[in-house]
Amino acid sequence: MNETITVPTNGKHPSYLEYKGKYKGFLGWVLSTDHKRIGILYLVSILSFFLVGATFGFLLRLELIAPGRTIMDPQTYNSFFTLHGVIMVFLFVIPAIPAIFGNFFLPILIGARDVSFPRLNLLSWYLYIIGGLLAIISIIAPGGAADTGWTFYIPYSVRTGTNVIYALFAAFVLGFSSILTGINFVTTVHRLRAPGMTWFKTPLSVWSIYSTAWVQVLVTPIIGITLLLVVIERTFSVGLFDPALGGDPVLFQHLFWIYSHPAVYIMILPAMGIVSEIIPVFARRTIFGYKFIALSSVAIAFFGSLVWAHHMFTAGMSNTGQFIFSLLTMIVSIPSAIKVFNWTATLYKGSIELAPPLLYVLAFIFQFAIGGLTGVMLGILSIDIMVHDTSFVVAHFHYVMFGGTGFGIFAALHYWLPKMFGRMYNIKVAKSTFWLVFVGFNLLYFPMFIMGWLGMPRRYYDYLPEFHIYHLLSTIGSWILILGILIMFTNFIVALIRGKKITEKNIWGGETLEWTIDTPPIHENFLEIPTVHEAPYEYKQNETDIRQFQEVK
Amino acid sequence: MFNGASNFSHDVDSLFLFTLIVSVFFLVLITGLMIYFVIKYNRKRNPKATNFHGSTKLEITWTLIPTILVLIMFWWGWKGYSKMSDIPENAMTIDVTAQMWSWSFKYANGKVSDSLYVPVDKPIVLNLQSMDVVHAFYIPAFRIKKDVFPKQNRVVWFEADEIGDYDIACAEYCGLNHSYMYNKIKVVSEDDFSNWLYGSFDTETTK
Ligand SMILES: [Cu+2]
Repeated sequence: MNETITVPTNGKHPSYLEYKGKYKGFLGWVLSTDHKRIGILYLVSILSFFLVGATFGFLLRLELIAPGRTIMDPQTYNSFFTLHGVIMVFLFVIPAIPAIFGNFFLPILIGARDVSFPRLNLLSWYLYIIGGLLAIISIIAPGGAADTGWTFYIPYSVRTGTNVIYALFAAFVLGFSSILTGINFVTTVHRLRAPGMTWFKTPLSVWSIYSTAWVQVLVTPIIGITLLLVVIERTFSVGLFDPALGGDPVLFQHLFWIYSHPAVYIMILPAMGIVSEIIPVFARRTIFGYKFIALSSVAIAFFGSLVWAHHMFTAGMSNTGQFIFSLLTMIVSIPSAIKVFNWTATLYKGSIELAPPLLYVLAFIFQFAIGGLTGVMLGILSIDIMVHDTSFVVAHFHYVMFGGTGFGIFAALHYWLPKMFGRMYNIKVAKSTFWLVFVGFNLLYFPMFIMGWLGMPRRYYDYLPEFHIYHLLSTIGSWILILGILIMFTNFIVALIRGKKITEKNIWGGETLEWTIDTPPIHENFLEIPTVHEAPYEYKQNETDIRQFQEVK
Repeated sequence: MFNGASNFSHDVDSLFLFTLIVSVFFLVLITGLMIYFVIKYNRKRNPKATNFHGSTKLEITWTLIPTILVLIMFWWGWKGYSKMSDIPENAMTIDVTAQMWSWSFKYANGKVSDSLYVPVDKPIVLNLQSMDVVHAFYIPAFRIKKDVFPKQNRVVWFEADEIGDYDIACAEYCGLNHSYMYNKIKVVSEDDFSNWLYGSFDTETTK
């Protein structure tokens, strides 16, 4: 923070990409404490893991194209869905938005030069990489890749001979990475907002990343402790969860979900922030219900931490427990619904440009609505008894995690990559690719709702012939989706290498602070810390002649 | 879509249908509005946007209506679940054992079978126990499911409505052959059931 900015002879300040710090070349990246460079490190590593996880998913779908064996044996299948889950949850969806875009844009959005603890920030990335390496070791080490599912339910995870310990340890280390990032962001948002940026003048993506950071800090230690207890149980034969040693497997499920359910909100909240950020920009108008959107993030973070046991309605809880957890689950759907309504209302009387980021955001709303509504169904006790642990659940959480968060990430990539690198991707290609990704996604996951309701259990290597048509459609969807994703990534990579250079500060017409600084941003973002007078997304130019329509709070 | 065959099926299916209709309504509403706005207020057609900061009336409306709807759904689901968890006392009890990767059923008279024979229209209580890991006893056609733990007892009950054969599946992942952990439940008339139960002990090996 105290380094002086080198001013080159032509008087222009070098971008963070050209900035010469203490180290050069590769070391200048992996030892940099610049939040933007760390954001790029995360971008590369997280998207690489996404492609690995997607490959596993693709192979799983290929196996399921027809009943019986297609390309792999059941043991491989069981390992693959475990790895798909572990990689996608811990290495992709949880860290993606906070670690990539939070790192890169959070300080800029609040008018700061960096996060509060830049070195801690770099440490988080190293922990992420160590966690990722442990996950890879668990795949290739002798003993075989873990085959327990990402939920590691006991006693199966104690009995299997596969490398569960490595996978658990990977999740443990990744948890620390997540906690440190959370602490860093909470502090940054509290301490480093620019003068004049009161809470209700803070961009909505900051609200959602801030709420997420609290959840990360508060609940991640629980999974850490739980996984450690499993390691202790396995190593020293202490009876905690394993009934053979006198432990209680239901206790493990509780502890696991006390973290892993709030983790669902760690995954979705930041994407909701992205949506709130993008809609007003492409509708060219102020966001509808700013306060309701902002406070609903806090409500989701709070209530979302109290509903974990709805994953265990069939496990045999007391009726009081079932009653309370079902009721709270219904309540937590309300703040999400509020967001969806406000987003839709923000399109009303806008001046809408259907650019690639907005396309992905609209798909987000559609798919998140499906994911959310089926989530309500799953929260209803008697319906959950029927569809729990079926492909209905698989469809539901993929609609939320992929159709929601995944599409949020795609939207953010299309929205911010030009700012991050100063190069533009091919917009036409991006628009047509969107349709591939959208159709592929829905064809892949929608049939799973139907067969789940018809009684197709999840994590099945083989299935009854009556489910064939749905599996077949789903697999065809996976091909379309993968094709779309590959074209999207190619479009980005081509743009980075030889895309049109842009130096324009505000390419989309946004009104948040990242659009007031250079493209790509300079080292330490701002020459002078800005003073904020307005709430974000005001779009004052709309108000010159039509004030009477307003109902300002 | 609705092929239930137990005393719970009808209630679960009606509730599912209700939530489905509500869900489709909201999905069509949201999606329809989005598409309509995107077309109507396209930048070419509407170069200048109008600002609306919000409306407390609307916020209250779209908070209250979904809240009432989900509370209705919650209560209905709770009622349905209470029925499932309210184990009748006069029922016939059968011991169910789960083991990687099959089910077996033991009757009060000591008869053991790998298909679950039950008389139609009679309440049946199943005592669930696992020999190894966690499984889940699942009869899709009956809309029932219960996790099965080692060294802990779980109970599930039902009354079959229609004579016929249905699938019993394992719904909690339990390792290598999890997807092959299928057995049959055979719902038969009362006469057929007692003939079977007190008939020869060693002929019932087909699934
Ligand atoms: Cu099983």
